[in-house]
Amino acid sequence: MALSGVEIFKHLPKTNCKKCGFPTCLAFAMKLAAKQASLDACPDASEEAKSFLGAASEPPMRAITIGAGDKALKVGEETVLFRHEKKFVNPCGFALAIKDTDPDIEAKAASVAASEIERVGQKLRVELISVLNTSGDPAKFAAAVAKVASAAPEVGVILATEDPAAVEAALTHVSGKKPLICGANVGNLEAMVNLAKYAGASLAVRGNGIDAVIEMTEKAAGMGFKDLVIDTGARKAKDMVEQFTQIRRAAVKKGVKSLGYPVITCAFHDDPLVEQALAAVAIAKYASIVVLSDISKWKTLALIALRQNIYTDPQVPMQVKQDVYKVGDAKAESPLLITTNFSLTYFIVLGEVENAKVPSWLAVMDVEGLSVLTAWAAGKFTASKIAQFITESGADQNVSHKELIIPGYVAVLSGALEDKLPGWKITVGPREANALPAFLKNKAAAA
Amino acid sequence: MAFVVPKETYNGKVFEVEVGTGPKAVKIGGENTLPFLTFEGGMPNMPAVAHEVQDVAPDDWPETLQAAYKGVSSDPVTWAKHCQDELGAQAIALRLIGTHPDRQDRTPEDAAKTVTDVLAAVDVPVIILGSNHAEKDAQVLRAACDAAKGRNCLIGKAQEANYKTIIAAAMAAGHKVIAMSDLDVNLAKQLNILITQMGFEKENIVTDPMSSALGYGIEYTYSVMERIRAAALMQNDATMSPPMLNDIGMYVWKVKETMAAEADLPEWGTLEDRAIGWESTTAAGLIMAGSNMLIMRHPKAIDAVKKVIADLA
Repeated sequence: MALSGVEIFKHLPKTNCKKCGFPTCLAFAMKLAAKQASLDACPDASEEAKSFLGAASEPPMRAITIGAGDKALKVGEETVLFRHEKKFVNPCGFALAIKDTDPDIEAKAASVAASEIERVGQKLRVELISVLNTSGDPAKFAAAVAKVASAAPEVGVILATEDPAAVEAALTHVSGKKPLICGANVGNLEAMVNLAKYAGASLAVRGNGIDAVIEMTEKAAGMGFKDLVIDTGARKAKDMVEQFTQIRRAAVKKGVKSLGYPVITCAFHDDPLVEQALAAVAIAKYASIVVLSDISKWKTLALIALRQNIYTDPQVPMQVKQDVYKVGDAKAESPLLITTNFSLTYFIVLGEVENAKVPSWLAVMDVEGLSVLTAWAAGKFTASKIAQFITESGADQNVSHKELIIPGYVAVLSGALEDKLPGWKITVGPREANALPAFLKNKAAAA
Repeated sequence: MAFVVPKETYNGKVFEVEVGTGPKAVKIGGENTLPFLTFEGGMPNMPAVAHEVQDVAPDDWPETLQAAYKGVSSDPVTWAKHCQDELGAQAIALRLIGTHPDRQDRTPEDAAKTVTDVLAAVDVPVIILGSNHAEKDAQVLRAACDAAKGRNCLIGKAQEANYKTIIAAAMAAGHKVIAMSDLDVNLAKQLNILITQMGFEKENIVTDPMSSALGYGIEYTYSVMERIRAAALMQNDATMSPPMLNDIGMYVWKVKETMAAEADLPEWGTLEDRAIGWESTTAAGLIMAGSNMLIMRHPKAIDAVKKVIADLA
């Protein structure tokens, strides 16, 4: 929702006094539009101008942080509907729902704290715990929150109750930890906003559908509180897709401030496979926090991967670290292959080498994350550069032979490579990774 | 102040394509709005799912997957009947993988016999797939088209390297065709243009943008699909209007996550659920990008996906 210079100019004093350092108010307005100047530079700017410009320069969707420390989760700040337009900004968070009546609260909380895995060089996890006030009893709720805080001190907490008394009782156990209170309804909005303000917490507003939610976000904003998250009650896949699309569209395309907040949903289903697929729908369709009823490792692995994939910057390829990787129980006689460090290339080639069940060494060269053919075309995967990498990488320390298998698509480099790597034999491998198993097995059989 | 739903207006639509004959024929596509946004348009058909069977026993499939078809997968007719009668398949995708020169190198005549036998055994729509060896597929699919005449099958895949033979055969026998190109919006468009220049109706094409598994490139397929669909709906680009198909089983069941033992990677959890879930999560993601039809393998993954599709109605 960028303002043009002309629109901004209408709100300036139009005296051309030059106190801002620019020759005219219009020139200053153009600079403001380009975000190359601040309204502070104008000593005569009216209050009206200040609030108008302030509102217009706010991002279309608020940023919300839950939890504290380096494992805090930041969501929101989204600006587009499609990942191919522009990178999605903040990956959504996952939360495990734990009922305050659950006999195993500590164990479940500990499983969230221990949920971290590594994928393509990123450490990823389930970020939050949502404690549900199933008992309806503030004291029991507070006790459950205390257990969670103690078993998982670094994990952000969602206080899932619509009872202000329960929130109040629980807040002492998450003091200073920026919990999300989930949440306010039409009846208790004022009380919940006050609690959220007092505790430095964010607040989810829970209404039945979008109209109900707007009423509450406007009221909260009127009370000077904007650390809000939206819950429209959408729990079916269809409602998630429709409502979250409407909210995202309203916020980023229509500048509807009352919907400019991150969205939370629960992807609950008795069948864990269906819950996983429902969570996939929520991840793809604009949810900022997805609450799950269970976080079995097999289930979260796929959801973490999908989230990573959807939120990847479409302009910047994911890369793996340059290295000589040992695949299986590779020994000195094992084959040595080379490929590029585009993460997709790496995973596919690695997968096929593993499928071959022929222990090998995989030299992965940094070409700024390009595939084999693209890197070659860009002059980053050339005979000299490959030769330099092989020499410097110490790959020859791992192997007793001096044979390098190069990807079939750069067969044209084999002559030049043999010149640059004296003493080395260059063998041209297959073009497609899926031919690697047959290639490596035949090679092993011939040896 | 009542919320005014921000509605998009669309200039184009997705073509509706019917596959199969008789009461069990399946229609895909036909929508004139982005996936599932029925508040601003119509969506006459929900995504359909086909069970994949092969012309030879799937000895190369991971154990988790083979186990699901134990006792039926050594014969394509038994296998296809099992999928239709026992598993409630909406459609069968018969992959003639045995014709690949690096596999059993079965002949086009062998393939035609399998096609005839399978078609005699089922009445749900049948998708006939080559082995993805471009040259061999031209011969195999030509023979398959003849053998399948009258059954309105979906023949795949026609690619830039081999489309001429396949399109000619499909036209002669009255089939629909899957056109596949390499994960690029412009290549997809170009292939559709080449195909229609042969006189093949654009309404008889199904686009395969080339699928990728979750964690192994899904975002490329996802974004190519969103861009193809946007071109059809916003720009009324008829060459982008065919419905889209995702052949995911073949990509998913090659990845490590469908095979690695829990003992080797305890942080990955139990193998069977993990493998099945990898396929159903891949499917769910691509359904969000506008998939109109999926070819899948594991019955439990298919069931989970059908439940989510029902939840999207």
